[in-house]
Amino acid sequence: MSGALRNISYFVVMTALIVVVGQLQSWNLALSILNLCIISAIMALGVNIQWGYAGLFNVGVMGFAALGGLAAMLISVPPVQEAWAVGGTGVLLGFVTAIVTIAAAVFTFRSLARGTLRTLAIIVVCTLGYAITRSVFDPATDAIESVNPASTGYLGGFGLPILLSWPVGGIFAGCAAWVVGKITLGLRTDYLAIATLGISEIIVAMLKNEDWMTRGVKNVVGLPRPVPFEINLQQSQWFLDLCAKLGTAPVTFSSIFVKLCYAGLFTVVLLVVLYLSEKALRSPWGRMMRAIRDNEVSSNAMGKNIKARHLQVFILGSVVVGIAGAMLTTLDGQLTPASYQPLRFTFLIWVMVIVGGSGNNWGAVLGGFVIWYFWIQAEPLGIWLMNLITANMDAGSALRAHLLDSAQHMRLMTMGLILLLTLRFSPRGLIPEGSAKR
Amino acid sequence: MENWLNAFALLSNFVIVPAIAYGSQLALGALGVTLVFGILRFSNFAHGDTMSLGTMVVILFTWWFQSMGINLGPLPTALLALPFGIFFCAVFVLLSDRFVYRFYRAKRADPVIYLIASVGIMFITNGIVRFIIGPDDQNFADGERFIIRAREFKEMTGLDQGVTIKLSQGLTFVTMIVVVAALFWFLNRTRSGKSMRAYSDNEDLALLSGINPDKVVAITWIIAAALATIAGTLYGLDKSFKPFTYFQLLLPIFAAAIVGGLGNPLGAIAGGFVIAFSEITITYAYKRFVEYLMPESWEAGGLIQLLSTDYKFAVSFIILLLVLLVRPHGIFKGTGV
Repeated sequence: MSGALRNISYFVVMTALIVVVGQLQSWNLALSILNLCIISAIMALGVNIQWGYAGLFNVGVMGFAALGGLAAMLISVPPVQEAWAVGGTGVLLGFVTAIVTIAAAVFTFRSLARGTLRTLAIIVVCTLGYAITRSVFDPATDAIESVNPASTGYLGGFGLPILLSWPVGGIFAGCAAWVVGKITLGLRTDYLAIATLGISEIIVAMLKNEDWMTRGVKNVVGLPRPVPFEINLQQSQWFLDLCAKLGTAPVTFSSIFVKLCYAGLFTVVLLVVLYLSEKALRSPWGRMMRAIRDNEVSSNAMGKNIKARHLQVFILGSVVVGIAGAMLTTLDGQLTPASYQPLRFTFLIWVMVIVGGSGNNWGAVLGGFVIWYFWIQAEPLGIWLMNLITANMDAGSALRAHLLDSAQHMRLMTMGLILLLTLRFSPRGLIPEGSAKR
Repeated sequence: MENWLNAFALLSNFVIVPAIAYGSQLALGALGVTLVFGILRFSNFAHGDTMSLGTMVVILFTWWFQSMGINLGPLPTALLALPFGIFFCAVFVLLSDRFVYRFYRAKRADPVIYLIASVGIMFITNGIVRFIIGPDDQNFADGERFIIRAREFKEMTGLDQGVTIKLSQGLTFVTMIVVVAALFWFLNRTRSGKSMRAYSDNEDLALLSGINPDKVVAITWIIAAALATIAGTLYGLDKSFKPFTYFQLLLPIFAAAIVGGLGNPLGAIAGGFVIAFSEITITYAYKRFVEYLMPESWEAGGLIQLLSTDYKFAVSFIILLLVLLVRPHGIFKGTGV
């Protein structure tokens, strides 16, 4: 009982903290923190599915989130007809030859016996296929990138509602997870960690450099929104009436209203994911996953296929991260590949899961809220602290300027310290796994 | 014939020489990772940032020496600052071991817990480095810049293509040879080195025969810190120092260690060169090289580049996946899997 009471009080305190920001700073800020808290909580849920249920260490959260972002862009942006006209067929043909190459390589692998001949045959097939693919692909992408490069220079997307991109982002991330998991699961945990680190770097490099697909570092801005624009709200009569009734200024209230709409959408997703995760955790499947996590040898003896279950749970977790990534890009309204930083997207999510309580879904949600809140609030706090420390120093001193400049890097240190302290003194996190009734 | 020589000179200049230097740097980095893995049995994610921490101390001392007018003539001043960098880096990793890893060692925690702890250390180290020296590029190379200049080479040989060897590249290779020789001498000939190998082979048996685990672990950390600082400084002299680049080096370094077989020092060196050579040969544009070998009338259609340099990390990743698929133990047998 006391455990449940304590858990509820955590969420009450968290709500109070956000309300404090709303009262002291502004409601606009409080709501944008809340929106990102919800997205972080969903990502943390995804990582918790991998780590908490199965003990898989995924260091590529950034990559899966970036794939979600890519999906948001590809689904929502209208297609660029001109670019499709000059290079569409070439790109599609390139994809076809690439798939044919992979299929041919797999076929060679299966049909020949192990030996030098097979190795050579596979190398020949891959080299030939690669050369053909590049010769079809390169002219097409060049043509696409030269179509009005200042504003488009890419194929665009499908022009569908952006909400559709959330599940699609999950599918993208799931496919990438399948490739990585298929190869590295069943080996040491370290290998999965390093492979996921690698795939996330490559996915982000792809987003940055494949201009024909994502415009690269030129960014795709102005993605369609699932919610109304502030300016349209301010011009519609019902909204002005509502403002008059509430007695607020239409300009401020319109942006709060938009953020509330996002918060509503995100909360629905959070609740659905949380419900499904809890259901899964309490089902026979969830018990099996925990059994595998706690003792692989004995669960293997009970006839459980450990590698297949790990692959399954790895894909499921990545799907959830991909959905959250798509939601994040939807909220930003733009795809900015340069903004995907591993410290922000991968390791911060890990701090959330560890601090919240690995293996407990409510813990992951709480961790997402708490850590994101402090990540945002640590910067003003750090600057305030540095001001305090340097208050007695000479105003023109170089040391003071340096300290004030570097205050932002304190956040990294603080997060590392929080992670280490939690791991050491409270390894089960804020809401431990066993505390909820099973 | 001359065309062949020119083509070879071109290849040496842009592929072979840079790949040897980069391979040496990766080999030193991978040696550190593989030693920590062999003794402490976890992949140290903080290694890239340990490299940047050591390099940062070297840079600060280099600047201090430069301001006092101390230098090594043609050699970079950083060499003089290297011992100080190693010292501070070693103190830092020993402290991190004392306050973080030792606790989990006593509990015989799961390797993945060490992995997460090393992520925490990585955060802190990264924060410290950015806090002290900032996230930007720093240049600290001084002394002579070249061993052989392109112009001198052309005059010497009469070829159209010059070969440039930067001092930092020569220095990297020589330092790598010296450090590796010293390390292998230490591991194979000295008592401490032998106890390290014994501990790595079979921990329980080593403990039974009276090897002091604390001493072995401490020596491992000191060697890892020294290797990290040397590798980081050489990389910084050769290219430039930027904290984030060092974090990104983690992937090729791990790939090198795994390709060679985690826990196997010889494998780490081989792996470093495998990764470096594949990365550079695959991302090099062969247009001019092919033009030398082909008849005059033939003209290359494109750059003849297998993969753009933006994807150099993809090369280490693909090699990593191939090795994991075909030979999960690595080229040389490691203690992994």
